[in-house]
Amino acid sequence: MILEVKDLRIEFPTRRGTLVAVDGVSFTIAPGEVLGVVGESGAGKTLTGLAVIGLLEPPGRIAAGEIRLEGARIDNLPQEKMRRVRGRRIGVVFQDPLTSLNPLYTIGAQIEETILAHLDVGKAQARSRALALLREVGIPAPEARFQSYPHQFSGGMRQRVVIALALAAEPSLVIADEPTTALDVSIQAQIIALLKRLARARGTAVMLITHDMGVIAETADRVAVMYAGRIVEIGPVREVIHAPQHPYTAGLMGSIPTISFSKKKHLAQIDGAMPRLNAIPPGCAFNPRCPKRFDRCLVERPALMPAGSSAAACWLHERAAANP
Amino acid sequence: MNEPLLTLSDVSRDFDVSRPWLNRALEGEPRRMLRAVDGVGFEIRRGETLGLVGESGSGKSTVARLIVGLYAPTAGRVQFTGRRLQMIFQDPYASLNPRWRVRKIVAEPLQVLKIVSKNEIPNRVEALLAQVGLAPEDGDKYPHEFSGGQRQRISIARALAGEPDLLVCDEPTSALDVSVQAQILNLMSDLQKRLGLTYLFISHNLAVVSQVADRVGVMYLGRLVELAGAAEIFARPRHPYTRMLLDAVPDLSMSGKPRTPVAGEVPNPLEPPPGCAFHPRCPHANERCTRERPALIGAVACHAVQEQRI
Repeated sequence: MILEVKDLRIEFPTRRGTLVAVDGVSFTIAPGEVLGVVGESGAGKTLTGLAVIGLLEPPGRIAAGEIRLEGARIDNLPQEKMRRVRGRRIGVVFQDPLTSLNPLYTIGAQIEETILAHLDVGKAQARSRALALLREVGIPAPEARFQSYPHQFSGGMRQRVVIALALAAEPSLVIADEPTTALDVSIQAQIIALLKRLARARGTAVMLITHDMGVIAETADRVAVMYAGRIVEIGPVREVIHAPQHPYTAGLMGSIPTISFSKKKHLAQIDGAMPRLNAIPPGCAFNPRCPKRFDRCLVERPALMPAGSSAAACWLHERAAANP
Repeated sequence: MNEPLLTLSDVSRDFDVSRPWLNRALEGEPRRMLRAVDGVGFEIRRGETLGLVGESGSGKSTVARLIVGLYAPTAGRVQFTGRRLQMIFQDPYASLNPRWRVRKIVAEPLQVLKIVSKNEIPNRVEALLAQVGLAPEDGDKYPHEFSGGQRQRISIARALAGEPDLLVCDEPTSALDVSVQAQILNLMSDLQKRLGLTYLFISHNLAVVSQVADRVGVMYLGRLVELAGAAEIFARPRHPYTRMLLDAVPDLSMSGKPRTPVAGEVPNPLEPPPGCAFHPRCPHANERCTRERPALIGAVACHAVQEQRI
């Protein structure tokens, strides 16, 4: 396994008490595998990603659990060591490519610098590698664009540059947080195809964080669905999409509009909203909105349990297992 | 068929994006105009929902602003035969006054437009809040106490307060999570049935538009390239750009249907390509397309379709 996250808990101490933003999250990612992490705003997916790359902003902190990269713990590394891991072994792609690029340097210089900082190569070699990377991510005429500044690129091209930058030091893991959200649909499809191809070709593990189930369906091998800081379901993409095992996943899938040729019907809707962090209900966090809740859901929190070919944190599956 | 409530005929809108006067004078630069909307014409009939889709920079939001009068057209005419229209904006954080209680936000159109008498207002506000699924107590709160979806409900209540015939909705659910988006879309469709509203629904999301629209217009670089019934356009898209857009939508059913790879990007609107604006990206473009601008004939503005090449 490239990445192993075990029982991760992220807390924000505040004057009115501690908020638990991520609670008991565990998952693994294998080489060449794309794990999608999907959830609505505030579900904790971005925080989970930030914890893995060691960029959790105080007062947020990892309160429990461990994160292992290729077997070695990285959650307790001192900042300077973590900085070496980031960039060298973990590449990062954020939503807004402009925040990841320095506006004052040419994109060629930025990629070269990353390669020189992390890999043991000379200047000439770094340059030819940078050019090869730009070509690989589909920048037309990379020699000519080498000396261009970020503002001279379109949004889609900038995101390609950021992907080249994330891959510059040949990391074993790439964290992509909403990499296509700022892009138009036609460009989004290109970036998705690119990410998928690169992960396959290089054996890179990818953690793809997004709110868009469509992007997950196109890209990921497995998917983890998050709700109120917890993973409620995790499994192969096809299973989770076609046969969701958790009532929240089922509701989420039903509420996604799809292109239909016939006159529209009502979308399935989950009433209410995700609870705020200071008001997460006891038991299953989804219970106030769940159409299938029963007594136990109100008092006892379900762990992930086998459900079909996935795992779901829902008592329904224990009941099903007990009375087959 | 109902009579048209809104008619746009050959509407264009230019924006002056020239550099400051001094630069122009010293460097001999000409004025530069950006044509954000270029000869767009369509009508919306009473009681229907017209969806308008396009990527960023296609001019769809400018069309919305032209309709509600936030911009004046440079050329062409916007005719509205209804009584009143209202707009719902994308960002429910920016479009509500943070210092006003919800009650005051929703009451403002009632007062300004003198919809009801002064002592009627509290009752009407309560009814409006109930109509969008909010409780009467919510009227005492400030916008920051609500989630994005509930804020969008407040925007809708405010828009309905003016008793409009036409609601212009510019990406009303784009800032919302998908489960909340479903709630708002369902609410909008219920209100339409109940109040006989007419919607112009602008979105970059084709799936959302297919969910709500009766007819759909597709915009590219300020021009309307296809306009047809929703069932028609999603089942048998004709313009190559519409086909490309539909192909780019992520496939949730994972059927593994073959997809034409999407090529290229939207060109710079300051220098739109001559002829058909889509020709540099179009697999069917020929010499005529680079020269001559296609008119919207039938439902589609494309030479290849008109010449029956595709």
